[in-house]
Amino acid sequence: MDRFRRNFLNQLGAAGALAVGMITGLLRSGKALAVEWNKTAFDSTTLAEALKNMAGVGATESKDILIKAPDHAENGAVVQIEVTSNIQGTTSLVLLIEKNPRPLLADLAFSNGAESYTFLRAKFAETSRIRVLARAGGKTYFATKEVSVTTSGC
Amino acid sequence: MAETIKIRATLQGDIVDVRALMTHIMETGLRKDPASGQVVPAHFIRQLVATLNGKTVVDAQWGPSVSKNPVLGFRVKGARAGDRIVIKATDNKGETLSGEASVA
Repeated sequence: MDRFRRNFLNQLGAAGALAVGMITGLLRSGKALAVEWNKTAFDSTTLAEALKNMAGVGATESKDILIKAPDHAENGAVVQIEVTSNIQGTTSLVLLIEKNPRPLLADLAFSNGAESYTFLRAKFAETSRIRVLARAGGKTYFATKEVSVTTSGC
Repeated sequence: MAETIKIRATLQGDIVDVRALMTHIMETGLRKDPASGQVVPAHFIRQLVATLNGKTVVDAQWGPSVSKNPVLGFRVKGARAGDRIVIKATDNKGETLSGEASVA
């Protein structure tokens, strides 16, 4: 009877250690992701809200952010967007489709020689401006371009 | 892991131009199924990390406004022929996509 009790306690201890190991393991794997997905910003339903949640309020307009996109798109489901920031020291680009139900499109951080350039395809719910934010040297700059859409892509 | 991201990496001088194509539904979670009238649950890629020879070059977060079967294009300076490009993506259901290619 005593032996049974001893075994039981041993097993209980082992299980406890395992559980602790699993929890710390989980925490570590969570930490491995560089940055957590910015849920509040991506769930924002208006441009103002999205900008607030992206710390994009008070940006300066810049002609050095080039947005290449069609003036008119037949199909709002697939609109090609090409963005280049010629602002020295651009570390990240944020793309927004101003009138979409979820305006925030993408947030890209560049490192180790990556140019401040990206190419994406976006959905447009209706005719809207694309707004691009560029972060450089602790400042935020922006540029916009309007795309008129015939068929909604949402 | 299945190769679910197709990558083309072309060298132009010392800059590599990378185009990645993914097969993904990119469901917004806002659309209603016309037949049942039920909202189709969200299913879209949220995070992507691209590396060149193991070093992170692009760390991206996406929202549901990105098109179905999305593409990601980016450029890295200082690349050489034979360098390895690896891209890993995770969607809101925790499913992963990945692909790799060498710079040509």
